[in-house]
Amino acid sequence: MMNIPLNIVRTVHDWIFSIMPEGLATFTEWILIAALYLALFAVVGLYLVLLERKVAAWFQLRLGPNRVGPWGIFQTIADALKLVSKEIYDPVRVDKFLFKFAPYLVIVASLIAMSVFPFSKQFQAFDINIGVFFLFAVSSIGVIGVLLGGWASNNKFALIGAMRSGLQTISYELSVGLSILTMVLLTGTLQLSEIIEVQRTGGWLILQGHIPAIIAFMIFMIAGTAETNRAPFDLVEAESELGAGFHTEYSGMQFAYFFLAEFINMFIIASIAVVLFFGGWLSPFGITEGITWFPESLWFLVKVLLIIFLMMWFRWTFPRLRVDQLLTLEWKYLLPINLVNLVIMAIVIWLNWTI
Amino acid sequence: MTDQEVNTKMKTEEYFVNMGPQHPAAHGVLRLLLTIDGEIIKNVEPDLGYIHRSIEKMCERDSYQQIVHLTDRMDYLSSHINNEAVCLTVEKGLEIEVSDRVKVIRTIIGELTRLASHQLWWGVMGMDLGALTTYFYAFRDRELINDIFEETCGARLTMNYFVPGGLMYDIHPNFVQRTKEFITHFRTKLPEYDRLLTGNVIFEKRMKGVGLLTKEDAISFGATGPVARGSGFASDIRKKDPYSAFDRVDFKEALFTEGDSYARYKVRIMEMWESMSIIEQLIDNIPEGNIKEPTKAVIKLPKGEFYQRVETARGELGVYINSTGTKNPYRVKFRSPGFSNLSVLNHISKGVKIADLVATMASFDFVIPDIDR
Amino acid sequence: MSYFSDIYNGIKTLLTGMSVTGGYFIRAPKGSITQQYPNNRETLKMLDRFRGEVVMPHNDNNEHYCTGCQSCEIACPNGSIEIVWDRQVDPETGKKKKMIDKHIYHLGMCTMCGLCIEACPTDAIVWAQNYENSVYDRKYLTKVLNQPGSKVKAGIEE
Repeated sequence: MMNIPLNIVRTVHDWIFSIMPEGLATFTEWILIAALYLALFAVVGLYLVLLERKVAAWFQLRLGPNRVGPWGIFQTIADALKLVSKEIYDPVRVDKFLFKFAPYLVIVASLIAMSVFPFSKQFQAFDINIGVFFLFAVSSIGVIGVLLGGWASNNKFALIGAMRSGLQTISYELSVGLSILTMVLLTGTLQLSEIIEVQRTGGWLILQGHIPAIIAFMIFMIAGTAETNRAPFDLVEAESELGAGFHTEYSGMQFAYFFLAEFINMFIIASIAVVLFFGGWLSPFGITEGITWFPESLWFLVKVLLIIFLMMWFRWTFPRLRVDQLLTLEWKYLLPINLVNLVIMAIVIWLNWTI
Repeated sequence: MTDQEVNTKMKTEEYFVNMGPQHPAAHGVLRLLLTIDGEIIKNVEPDLGYIHRSIEKMCERDSYQQIVHLTDRMDYLSSHINNEAVCLTVEKGLEIEVSDRVKVIRTIIGELTRLASHQLWWGVMGMDLGALTTYFYAFRDRELINDIFEETCGARLTMNYFVPGGLMYDIHPNFVQRTKEFITHFRTKLPEYDRLLTGNVIFEKRMKGVGLLTKEDAISFGATGPVARGSGFASDIRKKDPYSAFDRVDFKEALFTEGDSYARYKVRIMEMWESMSIIEQLIDNIPEGNIKEPTKAVIKLPKGEFYQRVETARGELGVYINSTGTKNPYRVKFRSPGFSNLSVLNHISKGVKIADLVATMASFDFVIPDIDR
Repeated sequence: MSYFSDIYNGIKTLLTGMSVTGGYFIRAPKGSITQQYPNNRETLKMLDRFRGEVVMPHNDNNEHYCTGCQSCEIACPNGSIEIVWDRQVDPETGKKKKMIDKHIYHLGMCTMCGLCIEACPTDAIVWAQNYENSVYDRKYLTKVLNQPGSKVKAGIEE
């Protein structure tokens, strides 16, 4: 039963290759996979919004949306309909090309980053040998989208918000990169499927490199939450004393792009954490080893949802940081600890003290 | 922290921002005209009057029993204490002495109102700083107090229960038992508030050292209430000029000397503990007596001026009645606590960041209808 | 060295805060305080003294207790009560006395202060506990409290 989707995929693949010449067939296959990822992107984005609302409600002693469909599962479809039907207008004297172009940059960056993740042993769209490095490089393109959105809006508060967001993102990318680097020291390879292979034989990476790996995980969670502009680092969008930040002037579908991209970024950060620290699609203690794609992607999804729940827990408990406290946290606390941790991990590997 | 003016050759100019009447971070319709330079504030000018309803003028055409329901709507979070202020002033003018039962019930209900007001302040303070769940926890506890009031007085927000001469009707038989249950429940919840917000490192960093108000400034601007007590100025009317049953209960006055927003926060938390201890001292033995002293149907105060001050949740409220012997007062003036506290805002906000202004305003606990009347 | 103790204390307080909200999450949704309002109208009862609306109760013979003394109209601070009265010959005693024609109550202007109910000498008006008073047209907010064809109960003024 598990092999039915695999058989379907193989049949479709053979069929496309049989009716078209080689190059065109490969191209068609790429387009099909890209469409599949777009659909996955939309569904994941929409249902993460609903999950956030329900989880927030349960922290706050109330029930979430439960009128539209049982347990509110059609709520985000209603929200999406509302966003699509809003009027899109151009404010005067904006830079028209950049104003329309900025949301697409953010979406494209998130989509490219989602393409390298291994959802299961057979389902990985793009398995290159510099996987982690590619991921990290592509997620930096999203910053440009935010800055462009703020600049092109011709609004001084949007510009201030965009500058603050850009500042926050480029500072915390350092911490994210260094903590990823700490774990790559353990695996010795940058390719994502190889990293999971190392974890299959030796145990999850967070257990293999004990103390330095746990410190690296904590730093990664803090820096990852700051990367996606979520609370407690959300002075960009929730410090609405002066405006709504860089997406003040956007409405309707363009606003929906920024909004969805934030949730997809959360998914990406959680996926990186799961792949690098918690073993990707592997089951704990090898329970369902060998059964193909279905339990494996389920394990992946469950682990990612747990990490996303942790990020939501941060959001609904802590107050916001001020902008200078944010930068103090990064440059005076996280970065030195990260560098020292890297050295400790190198020493642990050299002296063969890993588990 | 000297983080401005690093490059003195670069000229920055100040710009002018309106933190407008409708606002997610303000506590009502308050318009603040800010002059800022980058992130640093140079000048704050409050612009009031968006909810002015001419309560003092309306008091001139109403009789003395009818004035009381207008004061409910001034500072709607401590409405019983406002009513008590007017009733005490009229009773001072008529020179009648209410019975002990009335005094004790008025004190208990006043302290419950103070608890409710501080609960709402705590919830909104967390919300202003970004921790959005505190609002819901505070309201869950506040609803219990509202249920107690609904059972006795009949309303949940604008409760017109005190009349000059006593109370409108007797308390409900369930009042004592419900209050005791509430106190038992809330004593377990207040440490939880501390665990969620007070000790939190992010919260402390945002509140300590922010919005410093020295004791001399507090006295010279006329700040009262928790704002002044956070700066070391002992201004509790319940201790200095006791009214109702406050001279027979034993409580500590919350006084801290640092003068920053964290000190004002701690003052209010300590006031919540003290209010619970006052209620516990009085709830078990409410003396018997008259509910209402007999007054004429048409009350006429003798000629003269009468003044009475009480301690609301925000500070000192003073009621001044000038009467010429007729059945309506000639002039009624309310000295509102929020108005004097607001005048401090410009002085302490020079040179701080915008996020600090939000934290300071949350710690001052403004209710704008109290300022505008 | 205070660097490390700062970090340790900071993390400890953050985890304490998270434990509070986490505790509530585990007990949800059973511990939630939401009331599903339009569905629970049958079980929702207001307390006895709730100030919903001023009504004039009538007994079985369609009689009310209002004598037209106008105490409520004088006691109301903003004129939400208007009494239309007339002096008529009382059939039993043969003397002229005040009888009311209509007792008009403006629900839209009422501030629910309760002074009219305290002022009434015969307890003719009382509080009702209804809380759904919104209407689509403002003229429905001006209510006439005495029902048509009712008269005052005999011998009520003492």
